[in-house]
Amino acid sequence: MSKNYKILQFLSFIIVMHLTSLTLKETSDGLNRHEFSSVELTRAYLDRIERLNPSLNAYLTVATESALEAAKAADERRAKGENGALLGVPIAVKDNMMTVGIRTTAASKMLEDYAPSYDATVVKKIKDAGAVILGKTNLDEWAHGSSTENSAFGPTKNPWDLTRVPGGSSGGSAAAVAADLCAGALGSDTGGSIRGPAGFCGVVGLKTSYGRVSRSGLLAMTSSTDVIGPMTKTAADAALLLQVIAGADQFDQTTYPESPKPHEYQKAIEGRSDLKGLKFGVPVEWLESTGLTQGVSKATNEAIEEVKRLGGEIKKISLPYARYGIPVYYVITPSEVSANLSRYDGIRYGYRDKETANLFEVYTKSRGVGFGAEAKRRIMLGTYTLSHGYYDAYYLKAQKVRTLIAREIENVLKTVDAVIGPVSPHVAFKIGAQTDDPLKMYLEDVYMGTASLAGLPSLALPCGFALPEKGKEKMPAGLQLIGRRFDEATLLAIGNVYEKATGWGKSKPVL
Amino acid sequence: MKLTKEEVKHIADLARLNLSEEEIARYQSELSYILEYIDQLQEVDTTGVEPTAQVTGLINRFREDVAATPDEATRQRLINAFPEREGNYDKVKAVFE
Repeated sequence: MSKNYKILQFLSFIIVMHLTSLTLKETSDGLNRHEFSSVELTRAYLDRIERLNPSLNAYLTVATESALEAAKAADERRAKGENGALLGVPIAVKDNMMTVGIRTTAASKMLEDYAPSYDATVVKKIKDAGAVILGKTNLDEWAHGSSTENSAFGPTKNPWDLTRVPGGSSGGSAAAVAADLCAGALGSDTGGSIRGPAGFCGVVGLKTSYGRVSRSGLLAMTSSTDVIGPMTKTAADAALLLQVIAGADQFDQTTYPESPKPHEYQKAIEGRSDLKGLKFGVPVEWLESTGLTQGVSKATNEAIEEVKRLGGEIKKISLPYARYGIPVYYVITPSEVSANLSRYDGIRYGYRDKETANLFEVYTKSRGVGFGAEAKRRIMLGTYTLSHGYYDAYYLKAQKVRTLIAREIENVLKTVDAVIGPVSPHVAFKIGAQTDDPLKMYLEDVYMGTASLAGLPSLALPCGFALPEKGKEKMPAGLQLIGRRFDEATLLAIGNVYEKATGWGKSKPVL
Repeated sequence: MKLTKEEVKHIADLARLNLSEEEIARYQSELSYILEYIDQLQEVDTTGVEPTAQVTGLINRFREDVAATPDEATRQRLINAFPEREGNYDKVKAVFE
């Protein structure tokens, strides 16, 4: 009796382990075939989160009760004959998107106990589709950062090496996907915040075209570049999640009035089995840059060879203005941040300091205490660059150089279908290695700023492993594919072909 | 671009940020250093180039000017978020002294 029980325990452990290692598509198919219920699946993820989150700190809030309720509701909908790609599927949401019933902190002391008054449009869409929100993931405070070390609630650890950063600012979501703590996640990208962590954690991350997905309910950072996008185990998964969250939204007038066609992304993936007929541009400036490490350079070049083997044509292209991407981004971002964060004033919500003599002190002390160092740094920088006498030299100048950067890559994309290159110059660095130098951290975005400034879609895909600058264990390396505006379909189809041919993204960290 | 301590204090005031002496000194050096890096933008010739205000290409997205009241649950959540309350009112310091 006791031996049989032990065998049963072991078997159920294997089944549970198996459930959380499924891709979003496998999960969806499995639920549809009634192989398991959403409640079973959700419990499996919640158990795994309970076991692993203390050492990873991927989730800031685990919404146990509401997740199980949503799972139960999804199972009931399924019993009535309903089916959909996200019905009953457990998803993680970056904690800068508003979720009614689940606190939303932006990883800041300013909003430590904030209960949102409405759902972000993307949250509403995935809830309507029957998704189960497992919880809210960690980020650099207000999405300011490239390592998740700026979180007021501790950094997230890279599941491949707990002494290294997961990248940022969507580090929590990336780690959650890499560690099988969700079937898929939502992240946001302003200057690389989906792509960077996807690259460092060896998962798929899609920075969507500006205007493809509604920003309503996303706590605003840089209004002219912020986007929300999927972070998943495979490109096909990203396609499924994107199909649900994309589209025009009356609450965000910067969304493109035409929504994607039904099954647009899935059809694009199914319609392509090789890369014949596609042209890829390799920016000479990127592969020649001194900051690019040997390991990442090798992995990127191998990926380019693979693209050729799959039938793609490789062309050398030049992006001379792209090198100004970082200084442009770091004028525009702090400027827009300084405006967007002015709403956090201790009046209507969030932290209000108690040691205040008058209204002015309510503002200055609530903000002085509630905001972390990087937030304050960016607010200060932006206040300066937008101030009287400096606006022309800084913000206006930056927006003009932005026009040159955007025009340049858009012209290139008339002659190629995608620009291909690395996500980052190196693999994940050690926690604490770069916190002394804010500028060094800003340079993490060197290959990612261009797509953000031009509003173009960009897909990050695992493309192998490489040695870090200091260390003997290899870490994931990411490949970046930048496409034409609203051409996520082509990028996802390319990603799917590449993934299937190479098998990158299949291996998982041992936890 | 080296910032003076007074300039940093002025920016902090404009930004409504209460900073310690240590923070003011730290931001003074960090901001100066970042602004120096940004100065390379001055070497780009932008004569006749239009600034990018937004990348959507959309113009004048209008909607009917109709007020929509939130449902009671949303309204209650808004009120519950007030840091200090008196009934359904947000209690704040005097605006005028």
